[in-house]
Amino acid sequence: MLGQSFLYAARGLAHRKLRSWLTMLGIFIGIAAVVALISLSEGLKVAIDEQFSKIGADKIFVLPKGTFGGFESDAARLTVSDKDRLARIPGVDEATTYVFKAGLISLEDENVPVYVTGIPEDAQERALSIEIGTWEIESGKWFDGGDGDKVVIGNDFARTEILDDRLKLGDSVKVNDGTFEVVGILTRIGDPSTDGGVFIDEDMMRDAFGLDDEETNFIGVRLQRGADIAVVQERMERELRKAHDVDEGKEDFEVQSPEELLATFTAIFNIIQAVLIGIAAISLLVGGIGIMNTMYTAVLERTQEIGVMKAVGARNRDILSLFLFESGLLGMAGGVVGIVLGMGLSKGVELVASQVFGSPLIRAFFPIYLIVGALAFAFFVGVLSGVLPAYQAARLQPVDALRYE
Amino acid sequence: MTQTVISLKDVWKVYHMGDVRVNALQGLNLDIHQGEFVSIVGPSGSGKSTSMNMIGCLDIPTKGHIFLYGKDIAHLHESDLAQIRGRSIGFVFQKFNLISTLTALENVTLPMMFQDISREDAEERARSLLTRVGLADRMHHRPNELSGGQQQRVSIARALANDPAIILADEPTGNLDSASGELVMDLLKKLHDDGKTLILVTHEAELADQAQRKCLLKDGKIVKIQKRRD
Repeated sequence: MLGQSFLYAARGLAHRKLRSWLTMLGIFIGIAAVVALISLSEGLKVAIDEQFSKIGADKIFVLPKGTFGGFESDAARLTVSDKDRLARIPGVDEATTYVFKAGLISLEDENVPVYVTGIPEDAQERALSIEIGTWEIESGKWFDGGDGDKVVIGNDFARTEILDDRLKLGDSVKVNDGTFEVVGILTRIGDPSTDGGVFIDEDMMRDAFGLDDEETNFIGVRLQRGADIAVVQERMERELRKAHDVDEGKEDFEVQSPEELLATFTAIFNIIQAVLIGIAAISLLVGGIGIMNTMYTAVLERTQEIGVMKAVGARNRDILSLFLFESGLLGMAGGVVGIVLGMGLSKGVELVASQVFGSPLIRAFFPIYLIVGALAFAFFVGVLSGVLPAYQAARLQPVDALRYE
Repeated sequence: MTQTVISLKDVWKVYHMGDVRVNALQGLNLDIHQGEFVSIVGPSGSGKSTSMNMIGCLDIPTKGHIFLYGKDIAHLHESDLAQIRGRSIGFVFQKFNLISTLTALENVTLPMMFQDISREDAEERARSLLTRVGLADRMHHRPNELSGGQQQRVSIARALANDPAIILADEPTGNLDSASGELVMDLLKKLHDDGKTLILVTHEAELADQAQRKCLLKDGKIVKIQKRRD
């Protein structure tokens, strides 16, 4: 019976090629949208997860209140003394700090705004800062601690002509008023403050920007092995409240763990994904209505055939399953095309993102659940849309159906 | 006395068309015996089609009883009727009524599929039936690639698919030229010779006369039954 259903359904669809294709259009646009959107946002999630796992789960960050990985706000201030206090807290293994400011970079005459980050001289602190920043050298090397006339540049400067020319190792550039030799180029990570930033010695930076010895923008600590992240975070907050002389709830700083940040990102993504899927669902709903319409027409057109089949022994449920099968097949065929289209679309977006914008964060990711789920869902939409028309077909009286012209 | 296969007892069929009551059948009584060749004739509007629907279990009467092999089927559910039809009755329609998207072979296979016969067995039987009606070389053609006569022969093969005891033919030659019509009638008569109960519904006196028993229908009742004198 199943084979026959398939045959009858497939023949029916093939017989009305144009109408079948038009009907499937709605489904494959919907499925393509779902597949493309989910694969891209899943890819982004994976990329961000990777980024966070590079930072490691044993870190806690402190930022002035109101910043989120960007620039400083005016009122809030973190100090190097804060870092020293935090380094002494039980459960903290080591602490580091770094300053970052907006500056200007120039090769010849043209000045371009740039993120400048000061790297601490102390070897241990440097290592921790670099680990937290996930700054990896692509070519060249880091300058030695205290080496004031060297610079490591973000990948954008080497890859594109932000300045008069692409920068390469050994080039001499000006950052604010100082002249630096390019000794290292970082790998792209998709974060503009890194990819479009430059890194110089901290002391050199304090001189160049006229900063005092205390001011800093970021403190990062590494926990001792086995320390409870929540407990240490709580201790750090208490210590900083005391140092800054503020009450609980009125802090001018924020203590964050990567896990918290990741949770925030994930929450945002989930919302974006839900909205996107909602939009795609509307398209699928419209596609489903298209299938329903086509199936009603098919039932009407084949009323006599239904009568014949009933005359030769088809029960109501045989007719029901024939038409459900046909509409499910419509949905699934639309789904297959939609998946292929959606995969192509997201691969295309990935290609454009990496070739044109150089972003490694936008990538297409095709988990198996997405493919299988999309296919099953397309079939389900098809079947669901076919329920009413198929029921109508099944309930036809053989005499009436046979007489139908 | 041979067994009665179908028995209609005081069968009424009333249609309501708006406010108008149409009595299509008004107390029809008819017994059809095993292996018999019966024709039902009458002018249009005499209730021919309605009585055919009753005999073929395609419809249920408003009043009265229909016995198929002694079992009252007048009030069965449509799906049960479908099963009974599929097994016991083979239909041959005036307009052939083949499924246009399926090949001759697939059309003949169809009734067996609804009886849950395996695909292999069904196809094998369909092949032998098509060979029997002289269409061995036309099995994979679609209806629109076949002549009217050939289509009607496919539909005869389809009627035989589940090896029913009864063949019910409704104006089987109505859409055919006389040569094809004769061929079809010969096939049907041969089935009767092989033991099938053949019921022929027609308005053509010449065809009806070939039956062993001719029932003349008028105003929803049988007004005359004529036996052929051999």
